Amino acid sequence: MDQLKRRNILNNIMLTLTGVCTVITSSALFLILGFLVYNGWRSLNWDFFTKLPLSAGEVGGGLANAIVGSGVLIVIAAVIGIPVGFMGGIYLAEFGGKTFSMLVRYTADLLNGVPSIVIGIFAWTVIVVPLHHFSAWAGGFALSLMMIPIGLRATEQFLRSVPNSLREGSLALGASKTRTVMSVVVPAARQGILTGMILGVARIAGEAAPLLFTSFNNQYWSKTLNEPTASLPFMIYYLAGSAYDDWHRQAWAAGLVLLALVLIANIASRWVLSRGASAQRG
Amino acid sequence: MGTVVATAPPQSRPRKLTAFWRDGDKISHLVTFIFAASVFLVTVFLVYELWIHSGLSRAKFGFSFLTGTTWDPNTDQFGALPFIYGTVLTSFIALVISVPLGVGAAIFLSELAPPKLSNACTFLVELLAAVPSVILGLLAIFTLVPLMRQYIEPFLKHTLGDLPLFQGPAYGVGYLTAGLILAIMTFPFIISISREALLAVPREQREAALALGATKWESTWQVVVPFARLGILGSIFIALARALGETMAVTMVIGNDTGIHTSLLSPGYTIAAMIANNFTEATGDIFLSSLVELGLVLFALTMVLNAGAQLLIIATTRKGSRQD
Repeated sequence: MDQLKRRNILNNIMLTLTGVCTVITSSALFLILGFLVYNGWRSLNWDFFTKLPLSAGEVGGGLANAIVGSGVLIVIAAVIGIPVGFMGGIYLAEFGGKTFSMLVRYTADLLNGVPSIVIGIFAWTVIVVPLHHFSAWAGGFALSLMMIPIGLRATEQFLRSVPNSLREGSLALGASKTRTVMSVVVPAARQGILTGMILGVARIAGEAAPLLFTSFNNQYWSKTLNEPTASLPFMIYYLAGSAYDDWHRQAWAAGLVLLALVLIANIASRWVLSRGASAQRG
Repeated sequence: MGTVVATAPPQSRPRKLTAFWRDGDKISHLVTFIFAASVFLVTVFLVYELWIHSGLSRAKFGFSFLTGTTWDPNTDQFGALPFIYGTVLTSFIALVISVPLGVGAAIFLSELAPPKLSNACTFLVELLAAVPSVILGLLAIFTLVPLMRQYIEPFLKHTLGDLPLFQGPAYGVGYLTAGLILAIMTFPFIISISREALLAVPREQREAALALGATKWESTWQVVVPFARLGILGSIFIALARALGETMAVTMVIGNDTGIHTSLLSPGYTIAAMIANNFTEATGDIFLSSLVELGLVLFALTMVLNAGAQLLIIATTRKGSRQD
């Protein structure tokens, strides 16, 4: 009887503890969001989005060049990363043989696990060293490498979830394999693929480590893609490490903008996916 | 698609060529193959470049690079041990915090919470995994570091100060603070993968344990968790690989000290932080080459862990499906 009581007490204690763990871990996001809004909200003004950074110690200015720079880097990364991920994913799901597909799948997972700073070193050796200067190209290339595995695996996974009867139906009507893939299989999986691509963009949008020695930083506008380019993540790192209160203020504002973008992209990707699921069911 | 080509009657050479190009399937096979192969080639090229660019340092130091404790650009003496130590120590601190927290939450979400609540919480946790590292670093510098310096570290010294782990001045930055930030960055992975592994445990396992008179906790801890242990272990491997390679947040709070210290309160350095802080300012080929070799070491560490994690996760899902 006594032992039963002890077991019941232990049961209650441990189950409560798991609940506490859940509360702590689920509330962490709100804490982070709360701190950023509290500290960054007041610094968000029109100047922040339209003006260039001022020199150290001056009050005011904005991060317009970093916002545009981040956009440019993301576009370069997407232009390289999305086609490679998409076409590679089609190969793995529709055309590939067994051994080589395994190899590609394994290396994609490997690439996905490579620390972002090491990706930065690679982009530096391939682009910065031969050209002798930092550039948006190098930064965009580094980011594209982080995006490719996500797009590749998402494309493959969602193409595989398309029922085979759809493929057979199309082939039976006399369509070629290419036609089948492009007009039947890919459209059926489009929501999932789109989700993967959005998640890929969301992941690279906040990366600072691969940019440290590829696109570097710039206090002014970058006129070409061939010169150092400012970006929001790099600016946050740079401003937060400075000794000026006004720069800290801007770092908070930049953090808030960046986090908002990343979270919106993540939530949007879920929404796209859930809409796709209900449309298929209906 | 091979059949289409095979049925075409063998003709003269130019015809064959046009037939080949008209056959779209061959072309699309080839095009998609090129893209897939580029993923493979770029990864191989990455390893090759790291290997070549670290050549100078490998030739000069050999394996003593891994065991050397001095890092002095002035005398061109480079040893990686302080950074390997810092990387392993901060990741270890992170896991000590995030594994109980993450597995606890995963148990709650898979065993107790109603599905709607479970999915909502998992969504929140997965969003947390999407928070950029540099933003956590920003938060850490202005909230966690002062908190550590003024309250937590003095408290630890006051209560556990006799241990060598909690000695020296409270700077706020250092191994412990970096470990805490890494814990926040790693538990989302542990929760979301462990929860999947726990949910994959067949219902009969739970019912059998409960029918034998076990309490809910006993059935969970002695039956369900052991059943899913490989998946949980896999999630821990993935979390560890993430922690080892994490750069920005750690760089901002690690304190930049190139020594090896037993005290967790002491400032230190990790491999990633060392590369991040010095790469653009490195003067001299041997310095740069040593930094690239640090990258190579980091790459090797995470590669081994990720491969291990994948094997473990594959093993659990196989086991789960066989039991059905």
